[in-house]
Amino acid sequence: MSEFDLIVIGAGPGGYVAGIRAAQLGMKVAVVEKYNSLGGTCLNVGCIPSKALLDSSELYHLATEKFGVHGIKTGKVSIDFPQMLQRKNDVISNTVAGIDYLFKKNNITRLTGLASFVDKNTISVKPEKGKAETYKATNFIIATGSKPTELPFMKYDGKKIISSTHALNLPKVPKHLIVVGGGVIGLELGSVYGRLGSKVTVIEFMDKILPTMDVELGKTLARSLKKINFEFHLSTKVKACSVKGNQVSVTAENKKGEDIVFSGDHVLVSVGRRPYTDGLAVENAGIELDERGFIKVNDQLQTAADNIYAIGDVIGGMMLAHKAEEEGVYAVEHMSEEIPHLNYNCIPGVVYTWPEVASVGKTEQELKDAGTEYKVGKFPFKASGRARAAEETDGFVKVLADPETDEILGVHMLGPRCSDMIAEAVLAMEYKASAEDVATIVHAHPTFTEAFKEASLMATADRAIHV
Amino acid sequence: MIIDIIVPKAGEAVTEADIASWMKEDGDFVQMDEAMLELETDKASMELAAEQAGQLKIIVPEGETVQVGDVIGQIDTSASGEATPAKEAKKEEPAPEVKEEPEPAKEPEVVVDPNDLSQKTPSPAARKIIIENGLSVQDIPASGKGGRITKADVLAHLKLREQQLKIPSPIQTQTPEPAPAPKGPVIDPADQERGVRVERMSRLRRTVAERLVEAQKTAAILTTFNEVDMSGVMDLRKKYKEKFKEKHEVGLGFMSFFTKACCMALKDYPVINAQVDGNNIIYHDYADIGVAVSTPKGLVVPVVRDAQDMSFDQIEKKIVELAIKGRNADLTPDEMSGGTFTITNGGIFGSMLSTPILNRPQSAILGMHNIIQKPVVVDGEIVIRPMMYLALSYDHRIIDGAEAVRFLVKVKECIEDPTRILLDL
Repeated sequence: MSEFDLIVIGAGPGGYVAGIRAAQLGMKVAVVEKYNSLGGTCLNVGCIPSKALLDSSELYHLATEKFGVHGIKTGKVSIDFPQMLQRKNDVISNTVAGIDYLFKKNNITRLTGLASFVDKNTISVKPEKGKAETYKATNFIIATGSKPTELPFMKYDGKKIISSTHALNLPKVPKHLIVVGGGVIGLELGSVYGRLGSKVTVIEFMDKILPTMDVELGKTLARSLKKINFEFHLSTKVKACSVKGNQVSVTAENKKGEDIVFSGDHVLVSVGRRPYTDGLAVENAGIELDERGFIKVNDQLQTAADNIYAIGDVIGGMMLAHKAEEEGVYAVEHMSEEIPHLNYNCIPGVVYTWPEVASVGKTEQELKDAGTEYKVGKFPFKASGRARAAEETDGFVKVLADPETDEILGVHMLGPRCSDMIAEAVLAMEYKASAEDVATIVHAHPTFTEAFKEASLMATADRAIHV
Repeated sequence: MIIDIIVPKAGEAVTEADIASWMKEDGDFVQMDEAMLELETDKASMELAAEQAGQLKIIVPEGETVQVGDVIGQIDTSASGEATPAKEAKKEEPAPEVKEEPEPAKEPEVVVDPNDLSQKTPSPAARKIIIENGLSVQDIPASGKGGRITKADVLAHLKLREQQLKIPSPIQTQTPEPAPAPKGPVIDPADQERGVRVERMSRLRRTVAERLVEAQKTAAILTTFNEVDMSGVMDLRKKYKEKFKEKHEVGLGFMSFFTKACCMALKDYPVINAQVDGNNIIYHDYADIGVAVSTPKGLVVPVVRDAQDMSFDQIEKKIVELAIKGRNADLTPDEMSGGTFTITNGGIFGSMLSTPILNRPQSAILGMHNIIQKPVVVDGEIVIRPMMYLALSYDHRIIDGAEAVRFLVKVKECIEDPTRILLDL
């Protein structure tokens, strides 16, 4: 039976990055993946395909809505949806092939099949066809990720009641898409179709969209999304659902207690994701789950069995690919007695709508709840020359700082390219920069990033130049 | 064009040098920065490198003695035939052995050079506040990533300074004035009437201050004491002082005894001679003993290398030589670095007892004190003996109390009965 220094279960961003890091540190590594392609949710049915469709649909939106003001005349612009999906599939297969290559380059053994623990040093891997094999390892990392949460009274049928996975492969652009859940996934996938001309109705249980992010971001984004056919129903709870012919109808109760019925081509249920440990037989290794099914870990990401680590979506927290990657590297470095790094306060959250949302550090609400004083500096893209030149003036950058030490506590952005711009804020916060530091640093002109500098000037001494 | 090769200054008291050897022949072509010859002074030897490329002409041959400023050769930069662009002749200090001395005529630079902030790189905002207030980077505790100083750190430091030194800190909220030169601390006018005077620290003082604080912060310093009966050594000196001076041309002092006694004890307790390096302990098979010398500019500690192999007269000669150099500010960096143990003598100023501070990165230091005639009990009788307190400060991170105490006892035994040194007991 083969023995390894480390076996990683799951080849998503958490798992494959951990595998590569372990190989770099000289470990003999195997990565188990039950699906035939590597890359997990992120590469196959998550981050990458959704970004591909978001970019494609944004181009269509620019062509139909924005070209005119730029002085570009087109004839009728039309959509070749099968081509759009094909391109998305090509992006996926190229990216997955990249991981295949990285595994070969790093001499990582790839095992295909469903892994289950036999004991804390042994797993059995059962491929779809063929018999199970056992493997031993000194250490394990569980990176089995998560799956979309289903509402019990409206389970996915893959045709009318769909999850994010199905939403990436619709037969055609729907006329009306109902989205249950106003979080990141619902808004992103809704954006794809809103831009392509669908009507999008978002039903959200809380009183705001993007409930975990800074309140101003969700509020301002909603205004922008309304311009691409979005309709919002907040504080509204879905009660029932039925499929009739090629339409689906959803009944929900609003905050006044009234019932509203929505009828559409599909209903996308994006109310969250649940940790996935089916078939893993964690109890055989002494691993414990919490009441919601997440694997319990200590601060060093170790489960109850100290040679078995768990990372990424399966342990909860921010369900983000880069958080899983960071944890994967942490676990590997911890087990090899390197000094690992993990700073949960500096993990950015991004929403790939347009305008993009990006955020790092504490929200105003979190600071208020903790009783922490803070000062605010905000700069609207309306005042940015670069934004005006690009006809992209929706949004703002907001900097929250400590009123005494000026240290940056949180940065929240809504606007063009914010998914990339947030990196500067993450770097600043890792180095415990003050708002004045960012304000002192030269930012090229004209760029969108100047908005961060100006917001920092506001935060540090109320002295933005351009507003 | 023809450039001269001139004998450079190699230390304040150096006026002449020998040409030890030419490494190139007359007529050779030399590259820029290529070593051409070796000069020897009575302090150090150094290589001279060509300031520019060209053809070498040797004027003064090997073996000759030359004066500082003499022209000993020339380089013809046009001789090669290659189009060498006329570069600015760089003034080269040839060898690392030539140290920069604190020249008394020049006032040390007072502006905090932002490029000097090597260990604790302050953030831009922090740097501005540091310069505006004339702060010293080393004083500010750093909480940023990798030991960097954040704006918060400097503000906290200013507040503390304000409280402790009553120096108001201009924590600005408006646009600050451009401040290219640092302002000194602002003195309360009320205090001026009562004779408060502010003087900038000399660079040497600043360096010493930094080192001492660093020593205290990093090591766990404790001191153990003992007293030693000096009568044995004093009798020995009385008996042989004249003969010693006649033969060896140097006086027989106490330092040679103490140095040898320490070498004996260091052999028995090697950890006293060791150093902490991160998570490692570095042991030494030799004893390079630093001997503290007081100079007008402050305390310097030149090192007697391989003291364990030196005889009494060699040690005494070496100490005299180093002391003179120290007082003339002629010590090279080499002579002052790398010691493994230090002996300091406060007794010459009248100190009875003290707790010396470690000389980083060493882990222990022996303090000698005043010799006082005291009543002590020997074989049940009260007698008068010349007693000296000894203090051993040590780094408790690697030296345990028991070892420190035993080390000091061994030193005491070797001083009270110097025959032990002779017989290696």
